[in-house]
Amino acid sequence: MLSLGESQNLFRCTIRTATGDVLLGLLRNHSCLDTAASSLDGASVVVWTKNPAEAAMALVELDGIVGRLVLCPPGIGPDLLAHVMEIAEANAVVSDQPRPDEAGAATWIRCQRDLQPAARPARTRETEWVLLTSGTTGLPKLVAHTLASLTDAIRVEASPCMRCSMGCSSLVWSTFYDIRRYGGLQIFLRAALTGAPLVLPDSQEPVGDFLARAAACGITHLSGTPSHWRAALMHPGAKSISPRYVRLSGEIADQAILNNLSAAYPKAQVIHAFASTEAGVAFEVTDGLAGFPDHYIESLKGVEMKMEDGSMRLRSNRLATRYLNHDARPLRSADGFVDTGDLVERRDGRYFFMGRRDGVINIGGFKVHPEEVEAVINRHPGVFVSLVRTRRSPITGAVVTADVALRSGEKGGPELARELLGFCRSSLAGHKVPAVVKFVPQIAISETGKLIRNG
Amino acid sequence: MLIHNVIFSHFEQVAKEQDKQLEPLHDNLPLRDSGLDSLCLAIVVARLEDELGVEPFSAAAADDRPFPTTIGEFVNFYEVAAHA
Repeated sequence: MLSLGESQNLFRCTIRTATGDVLLGLLRNHSCLDTAASSLDGASVVVWTKNPAEAAMALVELDGIVGRLVLCPPGIGPDLLAHVMEIAEANAVVSDQPRPDEAGAATWIRCQRDLQPAARPARTRETEWVLLTSGTTGLPKLVAHTLASLTDAIRVEASPCMRCSMGCSSLVWSTFYDIRRYGGLQIFLRAALTGAPLVLPDSQEPVGDFLARAAACGITHLSGTPSHWRAALMHPGAKSISPRYVRLSGEIADQAILNNLSAAYPKAQVIHAFASTEAGVAFEVTDGLAGFPDHYIESLKGVEMKMEDGSMRLRSNRLATRYLNHDARPLRSADGFVDTGDLVERRDGRYFFMGRRDGVINIGGFKVHPEEVEAVINRHPGVFVSLVRTRRSPITGAVVTADVALRSGEKGGPELARELLGFCRSSLAGHKVPAVVKFVPQIAISETGKLIRNG
Repeated sequence: MLIHNVIFSHFEQVAKEQDKQLEPLHDNLPLRDSGLDSLCLAIVVARLEDELGVEPFSAAAADDRPFPTTIGEFVNFYEVAAHA
């Protein structure tokens, strides 16, 4: 496997940020670091930058040289950085920030856009790439991949830009994800391996500013979670972009968001994909419908799928290898499958995602998946998005409640609440129907681009 | 609106929503004979908490006080909590 820095199309890849363009190809014979990369041979290096483009440069420069690259997403403060460094047994930190006291004595390497000429180092190692996921304790889990596992789903030869003798000028990627999370990293690697330009949001860039910039850059391919997309669709700037390819992953794509996106971008192919940090990219669904055809279970190329105890299990070359945390359970079961924890139900020739196993609400002994209830509420024409939660009940232990954000122009009130409850009763069992509907101006999403649950 | 009336209107509303046959409500009617099951009662209690700002069951459980068993006790339970 070639290292990222040796990818033949890399020289064409430009990262376009709010503060200027970064030409990744220059890193072949230039350095973004204030320390020679070769001095980090075999080291465990934590990448802790404010801006994603700086992280991208560090990845290109260090892959194939260092033993381990740990990608810190936004939201990892100095305390968590110290925790991550300890688990990763880090020798050095690459950063565009000053060294915090918590970082201790590790080597602090400055990463900057002002590149310096540098000798081309030998890139011969298979570097371990480590991504962070949020653990149940609030401390991140460190998930180890290789560049091979991360790029297995990317078909360089099939990429449209490779068919075009003039390069990839017609294809411009972008993502709402941060590229230091699995969903965003996939898009970054796609751009880097195929040589397509990549338009990235800067940390803290308002969605309207990003959409305006994405429109000006002529983005054609845009990915994000359903929550990212809902936030974008609420913004007038959503009308300024005209993607040909709209991709959703990271949360359940319900029929309402798929329909809304098809209506907003009638010329775009709207696809949703299943991927997780641990299981990698499993499959894409291109027919515009929620869920996936049941024949996927035997027809996916390179990915084996099975359902056990109601949850989807996957085995492929795209799986992560292990957790670095000493106290973590094994990432794979004895037969090499990863349990995604995503519960599925088979109906009419399709599998539908019901929700996360760890998100199930228990109502007087009956199970409720919040996502299933949300999907029903979201189908109501007046509803923009909903969040279903549990509220403690002295009678049944818990009851279901729903926070509902309406489309602009819609007004919430007791009558609409009753209508929504009637809507739920027509397609859900009684214990799944919310006891209380509350209208809220908006529903918060986390830094990972997902609805904040258990809040 | 009187607490008594608020409670009765929620009983009626939830019975309608859940397609339950509600018995005519009076003080001596046992809750279990009202026509509402425990899920219905849980919904009533959640909505009363939103409307009245009180949920007297948890405090009663903590103090080892008995839960109401009749409609009259149920109303009184909320009246005491609301005026505490």
